[in-house]
Parts: sequence; C-alpha cells; structure tokens
Amino acid sequence: MEGSYWDLVLLVMEVWLFVVLGLIVLPAMFGVSLGFTDLYIKVLVKILEVNNTLIQTSRIIERNDDSMEEQIVELRRSHPKFHSVGDFTLCDAFYFCKKGIESIVDDEVTQRFTSEELVSWNLLTRTNINFHYISVRVTIIWGLGLFIRYCILLPLRVTLAAIGLSWLVIGTTLVGLLPNSNVKNWLSDVIHMTCYRICARGLSARIRYHSKENRPKKGGICVANHTSPIDIVILANDGCYAMVGQIHGGLMGVIQRSMVRSCPHVWFERSEMKDRHAVAKRLKDHIADKSKQPILIFPEGTCINNTSVMMFKKGSFEIGGTIYPVAIKYDPQFGDAFWNSGKYNMVSYLLRMMTSWAIVCNVWYLPPMSIQDGEDAVHFANRVKSAIALQGGLMDLSWDGGLKREKVKQSFKEEQQKMYSSMIVGQD
Amino acid sequence: MGSRASSLLREEDIEEIKKETGFSHSQITRLYSRFHSLDKGENGALSREDFQRIPELAINPLGDRIINAFFPEGEDQVNFRGFMRTLAHFRPVEDNEKNKDPTAEPLNSRNNKLLFAFRLYDLDRDDKISRDELLQVLRMMVGVNISDEQLGSIADRTIQEADTNGDMSISFSEFIKVLEKVDVEQKMSIRFLH
Repeated sequence: MEGSYWDLVLLVMEVWLFVVLGLIVLPAMFGVSLGFTDLYIKVLVKILEVNNTLIQTSRIIERNDDSMEEQIVELRRSHPKFHSVGDFTLCDAFYFCKKGIESIVDDEVTQRFTSEELVSWNLLTRTNINFHYISVRVTIIWGLGLFIRYCILLPLRVTLAAIGLSWLVIGTTLVGLLPNSNVKNWLSDVIHMTCYRICARGLSARIRYHSKENRPKKGGICVANHTSPIDIVILANDGCYAMVGQIHGGLMGVIQRSMVRSCPHVWFERSEMKDRHAVAKRLKDHIADKSKQPILIFPEGTCINNTSVMMFKKGSFEIGGTIYPVAIKYDPQFGDAFWNSGKYNMVSYLLRMMTSWAIVCNVWYLPPMSIQDGEDAVHFANRVKSAIALQGGLMDLSWDGGLKREKVKQSFKEEQQKMYSSMIVGQD
Repeated sequence: MGSRASSLLREEDIEEIKKETGFSHSQITRLYSRFHSLDKGENGALSREDFQRIPELAINPLGDRIINAFFPEGEDQVNFRGFMRTLAHFRPVEDNEKNKDPTAEPLNSRNNKLLFAFRLYDLDRDDKISRDELLQVLRMMVGVNISDEQLGSIADRTIQEADTNGDMSISFSEFIKVLEKVDVEQKMSIRFLH
C-alpha cells in the first residue's frame, strides 16, 4: 500500500513537471507564446466586466490651486483697510489655515506610498477596502477565484519562479567559466533573457512594448519609473541590461554574485554607496565601454504606487551618456504591482504577486535624450521625468520619493515664509 | 471578509457624528478611511507626529498651530470624534440647509469659524490676542525675512486698528468687528465632495 501511494505521488509530480516544462518553460525560453496567458486575460476581463461591482472613488475635497498671492489678495479684498501688498491683515492667517486643513484631509504625497484605489472591485479581497456585502453570486465567484488563485495558480507560479531562478544561477555560473569571447556574451544574454521570460510566466505577466525602435543601446543609460522589483523582470524580458544596485546577503546575494560572473553588472557594497564620486566613476567607466549592456537605473530611488512619478535624483543624469527613458504603467485591474516596503517584506510581497490574477502592463520606450548646453543635471532630470510622466499617464510631482521614510526639508517652509514676507513689506 | 477600516466604525457612531457635525454618511466613511491611513500606530487615535508626517502640512508656516487645534487642552491624542469635530468647522455654510436645528449653533457657523481662527492667534486661551501672541504668529508666517522692529511695528499697527477698548490687545468681539466684511463663510470653508 505504501509503495503504490508513493508511486502515485511521483507519477503526479512527473506529469506536473512535464506539463510545466513542456507547455510553459520551453516555449518561454524560445520567446514563443502558446497563447495561454492571452486567453486567460480575455476570460478574466469578461468575468470582471460582468460582475462590475462599483466601489466609491473620486476625491474627498475640491482644492483651490490658486497661488498664495492670488488667494491672500482675494482674502483682503473686503477688509476695510485694503492694501494689496505692504500690509498685514488678521485674515491672512485664514489662507494658511485653510491650506493646512485641506492637506490634512487630502494631500498629494502620502497617498503615493499606498496602493491605488480601484473604481470597480476586481474580486481580490486585498483591494476591497470598504467592503459591503454585495450579492451571493459575487461571493461565489470570489470564492472560486480564491481557490483558483491559491490552489492552482500559486503552486504553478512558484514552480516556474524556482525553475527560472535556478536556471539563472546555474546557467550564469557555467557561462562564467568560459573565457571572454563573443560566444560567452551571446550565451550570457540568452541565459538572462530566458530566465526572465520564465519568471514573467511565473507572474502571468502580459507585457506590451511600444516603440521598440527606441530600445536602449549599449553604452547608454536606461531610466524608468519604479513601482516594484518586478520592473526589472518586465524590462529584461525585452532586452539585456546591466543592473545597478546594492549587493545583498541571502538568496538575493547568491543570484547577484552568479549573474555578475557571466556579464558585468554594477553591484556596490553598502559602504561604497555613500561615496557619490565612487559610484559616479564606476557608472561612467561602465558606459564608456561600448561592449557592455546599457545600465538600468530607477532615479526615484524607491517604489511609488504607479499613479505618479516623483522626484528623479540627479546622480544618474550627471554621468553623461545618452539617457533612454522608459515609462512603465501597470493595469491595476488585474493585480496591484506596487511594493509597499514598509508594510510587506519581499517574501509576502512575492506571495501577493503570485496570487493576483495577472500582471498586465504597458512599456513605452521613449526617444533618447541628452543633456543640453547650459542645462544642469536637475533640470535635465526634470525634463526626462516629465516625458515619462506624460507618456505613462502619470502625475508629475516634484516631491521626493524619500518622503516615504524621511521628513520633508524645512527649506520648503522657508520658501513659503519668504513669499509671504514679500507680500507684507512689498518688493525691495 | 470585511475591511479593516470601516469595520471599526459602527453605524451608531456614524449617526452621532452626523448629528453633531452635519457631515453626510459617505463623507464620514471617507474621512474615516483618511483618519485610518494617517493613524500609523493603528491605535484609533492620532498623535502630533501623525499629522507632521503630511509633507504639505509640515511645511505650512502655521502647521503647528493648526495641528494644535485638533488636540483638546493638555491631551496628546485625538480620536475620530475629535478629528471630525474640528474638521466640521470647515464645512461650507450652505450645506446646513437640510439640518435646521435651531437649538444648537452648528460647528461651521460664521461665529465658530472666526473663533477657530481667533484661537490660532490666542495661544493661552485667555480670549485676548496680546501683542506677544500676535508677534509669535507673525514670526511663524514670515520666518527670518523681516526684522524684529519692523514686525513689532506691524503688530502695533494691527492692534491699534482693531483695539476699541484701549486694553492693547484684541478681544474676540474686536476680532469679529475688524473682519466683519470678510467673506469668512467662503474663505474658511472647504468643498467636501459628495
């Protein structure tokens, strides 16, 4: 009895592996799509449309976006001693008071660090913040969806991810043993690409690339908005990049160390990252070598929730070289790709990814940009940021993504104080 | 199933808040979501640090005073009721048409809006804005850009214009008189949607 039980288990596993390898891994590695994902997405769209359960959205308040000067002049208009500038009136405080209360009710920044709210529920518990019991039918479909996602899709995806990553580690280590040559480079590209393709299957990712003619070239710097670590998988499915980042310990570190054996990536020790000149020098040296892959950098420095693009750190824009901007926009209907690193660690995040319906996103390659004469790095960075925001349909914000963890700079308050002072005493 | 945020807010609470503040049911639940998202410690109350985490508020020259207005005398935490009570001051006045309760003065009456603004200046709550208190608020709004002497004369002039009983400070009734022509209802109101 024991024997036949184990035989059965083994048989199931063999069939399982065969199905996975044959129908998913192999086609993925050759970049061939058997159409399963597309079909799946079509079915999903149909189901979600039919069960369109609206939950509320829209803003809580309507804000007044006139300038400080405009609003204070308006305030003073009906004051008995009306001077538009060169005076103080007690009602001036109303302006700051109202602005303050508005920001307490609804501000532009804090919402960027939590997941976007959806217009209609996509049958994932996690997106239903204001749940009201809707109907029996929706609950049944939700339950079915839960079963499919956790019991069928999740094991499948985990298997794929495991295969993909092991393939990466083993493959790059083996390729790393070869002497430097064109063959080695070609093999390295193949290994990287196939691994990322397998991982993309592991997330049921449906990616649309636009304007492929603008794809980043060697010796350049690819710059994109950052929503999650998955951005790397999304971009690397269509090209080979040199990654930049801090070297970690654990599994991540193993992957990083083996990757760099087969082709040059730019990994930094934690201590090195503090030294901006050293970082800039390494990046400069990398792009100077035209045989190396373009560097991939996320200038926001942290994950934002894909509704806006926040301040681009100027470091990447000071190195020189051609910038290839890329805009990535996820469709939140199928799964929320945003990594809220304060709330979830990497493992729970990946679990959430693998139990979503799918990851659907659009990638736009924008025409290359270079720094212009007389332009400084900050201005250039903002120019690139605006281009990406425009293409991706994202809000262009000047706020620093670092506000996720740090306090805002007091210089912004000082700016406001200066502006107000000039209204009281008039221009000098 | 159920959400983390709205399951902590009971229907009876919503009704009470509705009566006290005049906000609609949906406005209250939306504001509760906001309250909950600001409450990083997840203990049902906001501290001053929770407010300071809003960048736009942290750089507001009167930010500290506005935050103070939420906290009752000597307390360090504000619960949702208190939060709503303070926000209610900023409801537009025309929204009161549906809720005509002649006995209680609504929180968003012209008088109460002016009182809110008055208390931004009157830090020690002695119902008078002294020269020092006025100077403090002025200093907060102008930063380092104006000298002490200039600021002092601005304060003196302001008190002189408003002070009718000669006690060198501005009482609440004097405050109201000076601002009687200002459209307080509009300037100290926020358009809450739905």
